Amino acid sequence: MQSRERMNKTTTNRVALGVIWLAAIATVGALGTILLYVIINGIGQLTPAFIFGWPHGVNMEGGIWPTIQATLYVTILAMLITTPVAVLAAVYLAEYAVQGRLVQIIRFAADSLASVPSIVMGLFGLAAFVEGMGMGFSVIAAALALAFLLLPIIMRTTEEAIRAVPKYIRWGSYGLGASKWQTVSRIVLPSATPRIITGVILAAGRAAGETAVVIYTMGTMINAPIFPTQPGRTMPVHLLLLAQEGINLPAAFGTALLLVLMVLAFNLTARYIVSRNRRMLG
Amino acid sequence: MSDTLASHMTGVIPTDSHANKFSVQKLDFFYGDFNALTDITVGIKENAVTAFIGPSGCGKSTFLRCLNRMNDLIPGTRNEGRVLLDGNDVYAPGVDPVDLRRRVGMIFQQPNPFPMSIYDNVAYGPRLHGVRKKAELDEIVEASLKRANVWKEVKDIMGRGGLTLSGGQQQRLCIARVLAVEPEVLLMDEPCSAIDPTSVQKVEDLMAELKDRITIVIVTHNMQQAARVSDYTAFFLQEVAGEPAHLIEYDRTASIFTSPRDRRTEDYITGRFG
Repeated sequence: MQSRERMNKTTTNRVALGVIWLAAIATVGALGTILLYVIINGIGQLTPAFIFGWPHGVNMEGGIWPTIQATLYVTILAMLITTPVAVLAAVYLAEYAVQGRLVQIIRFAADSLASVPSIVMGLFGLAAFVEGMGMGFSVIAAALALAFLLLPIIMRTTEEAIRAVPKYIRWGSYGLGASKWQTVSRIVLPSATPRIITGVILAAGRAAGETAVVIYTMGTMINAPIFPTQPGRTMPVHLLLLAQEGINLPAAFGTALLLVLMVLAFNLTARYIVSRNRRMLG
Repeated sequence: MSDTLASHMTGVIPTDSHANKFSVQKLDFFYGDFNALTDITVGIKENAVTAFIGPSGCGKSTFLRCLNRMNDLIPGTRNEGRVLLDGNDVYAPGVDPVDLRRRVGMIFQQPNPFPMSIYDNVAYGPRLHGVRKKAELDEIVEASLKRANVWKEVKDIMGRGGLTLSGGQQQRLCIARVLAVEPEVLLMDEPCSAIDPTSVQKVEDLMAELKDRITIVIVTHNMQQAARVSDYTAFFLQEVAGEPAHLIEYDRTASIFTSPRDRRTEDYITGRFG
């Protein structure tokens, strides 16, 4: 009886372990397959002429430099607009607001905003910024529309980061006669910075890869934008058009690979910042 | 003048020469509807060490936090009665708790260095209060670390993160950090319960050195420690769960540990409960 029970336990254990392994392999495998597929198909395209050149013909041949510039431009601008607002809002929510119904409603609104489909956000950007405010297809219109998409993401990760700062560290500051703002600005925010930066960079990855929002707000014109009022075509939009027309699939894969590498670089930077800070502190 | 049990035993006769730094009158403290402390009346002697002892949950840490209004940071708390510091009610309207906490510093059970360098940890308080000159800061930092008995261990690694130190060193760094703002009172909430024995020794030594100029109040679970370091001892007890805790007995440490007047004090210090 006893030995049978033990055998049952061992068997269950093995089965559970096997299922967990399968799930892990499926996850890693899916990621690996996609990466490998994009790399194999795109690596041949990655020449300096492709990366730094301009497209020609019906914009399906040649290089993709303008789209890289447009992508970086709109991403950075969107982050510059969103980050201060989102961080300050998070500081208010986590540190100053009286915790109650109103704060719960704000949080719920932020979470809902984060789950609005990006195509809807694109439509909103088209109506509000491109048409309504007369910005036309432009980097600034796209950056503003992206800001709506990113605001809740950065706000929530920042709020979590602020809440994760231990209470007793704040108490140490108050115990020295620090005011609330002194404690928040000199102790809480610096302690939370690595996690805030991680959130911001992951959001940047999201912005760089966003298609639906920018196609409605920046347009599809090949242009290397200098001023925020100019239109442009980002890499995801270029990729969409290349693949949709099916004219130049190799170029589509080359663009895809560069985009993946760019987002990967964002994520690795985030990890590096966190680990470096952990070393410095711990 | 030292009135610790040790010095008493070697023949020093304790005198009641100390003036009251804190004078607490009929203090009641509430967490929401729960009355945690009731009818606390006690005088904390200036430039002496006072120990608060009692079983867990008897409100001694709560009472300690009433003295520098740290409880203000916990939502839903309130108190009745008066807490006088040098004769002035610290709960009077118009008193800024931020100023109060500069005069009445606090050390916590868990060492809590800020995630910054050792130097910046100690310089944090002076900088808050407007000291900007490098030379002046250097001087304050060095003096504070020396007084906190940790200078020798950190003087060559001032740029390293405070969190890289051992627990005991961290606690002494936190003491240096408080001393840098030159408080008149130092509240210590079980400062030695999370650190190594060597550091405990160093913290106890520095308390003996500091009490010439600073009033010290220490909450401790360790009765040997209370006997070693304190001149006065207050015994708190919550007799019935859910009922408020009382101050049972308060006297010179020598008297409490050799001839307690209350039976419950005697039972506690002889280890019959708690």
